[in-house]
Amino acid sequence: MTDAPETCPVHDWATDYDIFDPGYVRDPAPVWDELRERCPIAHTERWGGSWMPTRYEDLQQLVKMVPALSSRSAVVVPPSPELREVLVAEAKKYGSENPPITADPPEHQPFRRLILPFFSPRAVEEQIPYTRELCNSLIDGFAGKGEADAAADYAQQITPRVIAHVLGIDPARADDFVTWVRGILELGQTQPEMRIKYRGIIRDFFQEMVTERRRNPRNDAISTLIEAEVAGEKLDDYKVVGVCFLLLVAGIDTTWSSISASLLHFATHPQDQARLRAEPELLPMAVEEMLRFYSPVTMGRKVMEPVEVGGVDMKPGDKVLLNFPGANRDPAAFEKPDEVILDRKRNRHMAFGLGIHRCAGSNLARMEMQVALRTWFERIGPFELVDPDAVTWAGGQVRGPRTVPVRFAAA
Amino acid sequence: MRIKVDPDLCEGHNRCFALAPDLFEVDDYGLSSAVNDGVVPPGREEQARLAIDNCPEFAISVVDED
Ligand code: HEM
Ligand code: SF4
Repeated sequence: MTDAPETCPVHDWATDYDIFDPGYVRDPAPVWDELRERCPIAHTERWGGSWMPTRYEDLQQLVKMVPALSSRSAVVVPPSPELREVLVAEAKKYGSENPPITADPPEHQPFRRLILPFFSPRAVEEQIPYTRELCNSLIDGFAGKGEADAAADYAQQITPRVIAHVLGIDPARADDFVTWVRGILELGQTQPEMRIKYRGIIRDFFQEMVTERRRNPRNDAISTLIEAEVAGEKLDDYKVVGVCFLLLVAGIDTTWSSISASLLHFATHPQDQARLRAEPELLPMAVEEMLRFYSPVTMGRKVMEPVEVGGVDMKPGDKVLLNFPGANRDPAAFEKPDEVILDRKRNRHMAFGLGIHRCAGSNLARMEMQVALRTWFERIGPFELVDPDAVTWAGGQVRGPRTVPVRFAAA
Repeated sequence: MRIKVDPDLCEGHNRCFALAPDLFEVDDYGLSSAVNDGVVPPGREEQARLAIDNCPEFAISVVDED
């Protein structure tokens, strides 16, 4: 990992886990397997302190504990005192910042219903031609060279443009969006000044868009949000900006991580690569299996009322990591969980979460993964990883490979 | 075979519709219901079972085996 924070080595994962430990970021599954046997809900004092469950059934229970577990702090590392002051003042004045993801009932549902229609199966289908063309033009850029970084030259280029297209902002600014989102989600988790800086940049960007559209309404998602009503009232700028912020941030490095992880998998597993090439109709199931095996997202909750889960008492003020990725490797819920089975028949994975906060963008994310992989397999012949040591990972609450150098026959 | 979707459990993961678009319909909010009163046409039972086995919310069930 290029931007790994300095941490001391972990001796006991049950009482002192570190989600930023470079070895854990590269391959967390052995730690989850050990914990599931020995201490299924682990605890740490690191990074502000948190609980980390590893069993499928404990996650099923935890997501239902609403509002005892609050979504107000989805990022588990506490903000710096400076940012905390700002956030507390804003919350007093405006309520939840990025609903629905930071909202609890009853505020949550109206905001969720506002954005779900942007991501319905029908709405997502309309984004397929744009996505396919985009994937093809990216491949045009490197097909002749016989090598590419499947993460940086491909996956990372796709997701910011697709979400920009959905939101009605300029896809040509994709590199900026990537920098901002990495600033807030990847680096911002461990570097508080990054979190403040990029939060400001993204809010200012959308404030400008909102001001402009209040003057000249357009036929896009931002204008739809400006016109929308919750409980009979139009949203103020703070909320419209907050919702747009969420849609930009939630859609980029999550899906990019999943596409990169899938291509890394196929580059390093020639049998699976050959199978998908021979049986392209397996793609939708293979995408679900990639989501299960390389689940990128872990969400945070704050305990508001005492709860008991899996024999552990959680107290108000505690934080919990909803370890969906770990639950997706639980042998109690999946046969041979540590094997990739492209056509796994029973796959109730929770990569998109469970319950009322189920990923609102899941249809879009799946479509992007399917189109990205299908187009890659159509255009690029057999491919392999150039150098395993060159692969880098981002970790913490969004995990995925960031450098995946591959080679193939130039065409 | 007859199946049903429990509207209190369904959270719109859309896995059922993706696997068996002829057996389910989803609304703009992603919520699913079984078409044709849940009656599964002969020969589509396996697809119905697949949908049941992939619903992360355990929201789909068999009402009647035959
Ligand atoms: C593979 C890619 C993705 C994964 C694995 C993923 C995962 C998740 C997870 C686990 C949650 C649950 C949060 C919680 O329980 O607190 C979530 C929520 C959410 N995601 Fe995604 N996501 C992905 C892509 C996207 C995309 C493309 C969008 C589109 C903008 C998106 C928008 C959202 C929104 C708006 C929520 C909040 C829903 C709510 O709180 O009601 N996600 N996502
Ligand atoms: S898979 Fe389950 S939760 Fe998802 S839409 Fe179908 S019934 Fe609802």
